[in-house]
Amino acid sequence: MNTESKEVLLEVRNLQIEGFSEDRWHQIVKGVDFTLHRGEVLGLIGESGAGKSTIGVAAMGYAKPGCRINGGSIKFDGIDLVTASDEQKRILRGSRIAYVAQSAAASFNPAHKLIDQFSESLLEHGLGSREQAYADAKALYARIRMPDPDRIGFRYPHQVSGGQLQRAMTAMALSCRPDLIIFDEPTTALDVTTQIEVLATIRDIVEQFNTAAIYITHDLAVVAQMADRIKVLRHGESVEESATRTMLSHPREEYTKSLWAVRSFRKTVAAPQLEPIALVKISDITATYARGGQAVLSEVDFEIHRGETVAVVGESGSGKSTTARVITGLLRPEKGEIVFDGEVLPADYRNRSLHQLQQVQMIYQRPDTAINPRHKIRDILGRPLSLYLGLRGSAREQRLIELMEMIEMNPKQFLDRLPDELSGGQKQRICIARALAANPSFIICDEVTSALDQLVAEGILRLLDQLQQELNLAYMFITHDLATVKAIADRVVVMLQGRIVDQGPTNEIFSPPYHEYTELLLSSVPEMDPDWMDRILAERASKMGMAAADN
Amino acid sequence: MNDPSIQSSTGPSFEVSKTRQLVRVLLQAPLSAKIGLFIIFVYIFVALFAPLIAPFGESELVGRKYQVWDDEFLLGTDNLGRDMLTRIIYGARNTVGIAVITTVFAFVTGGVCGIIAAVVGGWLDQLLSRVVDVLMAIPSLIFSMLLLSIFGTSVISLILIIGTLDATRVFRISRAVSLNVVVMDFIEAAKLRGEKLAWISVREILPNIAAPLAAEFGLRFCFVFLTISALSFLGLGIQPPTADWGSMVRDTADLITFEDYTPLIPAAAIMILTIGVNFVVDWFLHKTSGLKDEY
Repeated sequence: MNTESKEVLLEVRNLQIEGFSEDRWHQIVKGVDFTLHRGEVLGLIGESGAGKSTIGVAAMGYAKPGCRINGGSIKFDGIDLVTASDEQKRILRGSRIAYVAQSAAASFNPAHKLIDQFSESLLEHGLGSREQAYADAKALYARIRMPDPDRIGFRYPHQVSGGQLQRAMTAMALSCRPDLIIFDEPTTALDVTTQIEVLATIRDIVEQFNTAAIYITHDLAVVAQMADRIKVLRHGESVEESATRTMLSHPREEYTKSLWAVRSFRKTVAAPQLEPIALVKISDITATYARGGQAVLSEVDFEIHRGETVAVVGESGSGKSTTARVITGLLRPEKGEIVFDGEVLPADYRNRSLHQLQQVQMIYQRPDTAINPRHKIRDILGRPLSLYLGLRGSAREQRLIELMEMIEMNPKQFLDRLPDELSGGQKQRICIARALAANPSFIICDEVTSALDQLVAEGILRLLDQLQQELNLAYMFITHDLATVKAIADRVVVMLQGRIVDQGPTNEIFSPPYHEYTELLLSSVPEMDPDWMDRILAERASKMGMAAADN
Repeated sequence: MNDPSIQSSTGPSFEVSKTRQLVRVLLQAPLSAKIGLFIIFVYIFVALFAPLIAPFGESELVGRKYQVWDDEFLLGTDNLGRDMLTRIIYGARNTVGIAVITTVFAFVTGGVCGIIAAVVGGWLDQLLSRVVDVLMAIPSLIFSMLLLSIFGTSVISLILIIGTLDATRVFRISRAVSLNVVVMDFIEAAKLRGEKLAWISVREILPNIAAPLAAEFGLRFCFVFLTISALSFLGLGIQPPTADWGSMVRDTADLITFEDYTPLIPAAAIMILTIGVNFVVDWFLHKTSGLKDEY
């Protein structure tokens, strides 16, 4: 797409936004410029706190509560949104500028049908009648290949899947045929297999209607598929901006290069010599949430050896986390048992001895809720020490310092802090230290990196790997991120709808011949190649064609 | 190793001493909260030093009945010839003191039961919740009058009865806020660590629900205080000769027909404290709710 000949739609100059926290105003966005032409897609990328979302909503002339625009100009089609009246902006929003939020589930009103929410802005802005809106909605639903487009709009948000909801939201943003759509991480909450459908929908719509878009994401591979140009942000400042292909092949700045290199981490040593007897044996587990209800796990059976990392992968709802709940004893299985170090663990954690509890530790997905916000780091880490090991006084203090050094955090600086005073990555390190404090031999890592920025996640993976080598720990690594799996796992268990569909050593699973479902998963992971999505979609289309011809 | 978050320090340093922080928070409080704090402080002072401040003894007969306000008896005398000002001052001690003890009792019982119901769940939660429903279904003033006439009107039974009835409200709120905390991963982590119920309740949950409970304490105190005063006014509360604002209103109520405003003084004492506490609670709730005004 050449951008030279097209007219300028949005021009942001020296944008300054400040936010209020800790009784002071802090500059969040420090003078960012960009220009967007009609029909062009600009990708904004950066880590959390870079100001991506703040800039995104500012493009609508809006500042989040506690923030204000304190400098610069935002010219949308000749109107300066910084100085425009609320009424002027109200007329623009929805009709000429639309917004697609990260979580469609949280952004739809659960009490109204999809099609009524679709029609709302059209009717509100007086751009059409209800009949016209309904007809348009059905046409758009068909256009984005929603199943049963004539009737799906009459469902409520909870009656469609997450991916369909996100696509319905994209269609909704399009209801007034806006000139500009802002996509704020629209696929972050979705599984990879669903993500590719949503991405295809968004790109199709943007091209079809010649809509300009700002695409905000932290996922480089995704932005590579979507954007014509990419702008890298850091700490509210622009790092660099150029056309997507140039940016991917020849990044100029060090920071951009470091972002690009993130996915390079690989486990350093080859798989260790395994002991003949497994440390943890998950033996033929079948589980339900309600007695006699539908099985959420069926005949799940695998082993984990000392010093080994086993990754459990699958989409949401595949039973990964439920497996962890059965192992920890939070969910009593209908059938099967957990054997740990040769002894059968009681099915209910309340019947397990302190020693048994000590051996199996867990690290959670969201470090914010996994540690008590009212406890100091000293108490969080000290409790397992005194509970399991009976450490007191200076022995305990000594061990605390060792633990902090293991997670590469300064004991003097951090031991007396509260969790709120730490960043997300630091909190996750504290969770790791808490697990280590128990001297376990087995740690369950439940999506430990998915709430973190890539650079921070990388640091966590390195740390886990290093600790494994030092302490000969066994990890069960639950994740939906296949890049992480390739980086850290010795063996992989692939789950689908509560069953294990494929398992084996990582290099076997991830090299041909693939299991059918594993191949679908693998091929859905975006790659840092701007042509990747076209290729995959074309491949899948031709396969479908071949299958149809076969029949 | 190359996690950038490790090097960057978070937020300002915490060298500022606790007292200075407290002073700063108090100075930044809105005017209403400052007035409220001032009122509470004055009441506490009067309650603590009642014997030193009061001109006469608590139940000393010092003059004729219903004397008007003059230089000797600043607020006149009551129906038995006791000094009104002295009685008001001692009333701060009795009425407020009993109300505080009752509220604390209600919070300990209701709070403990509420947290336990939330953590344990299942049949225990059902049992406690239904018992509370039954107690709350009966209008509390009428119920407490009934119970007081059965068990007698001693200070102990007053505290136990009003405390128990108010504990039902505390139970509800502490159970509700605890339920929000119980679903957090750190509670699951504590359970899997092998922590006992007492540790989970006191160390893991209580610190996280302290703010709403503290705000509720202020409000609940007002209601307890008003209930005691109302019961005293009806003759079922704090018994003579103990000075108490509720019964003082009743004893001197007739004077209002003679354009003598003496009965309004103890009533005002009740009102002002209630308003003061509410001012402080409002401020506290606003601070802890995390609601920020849009700037």
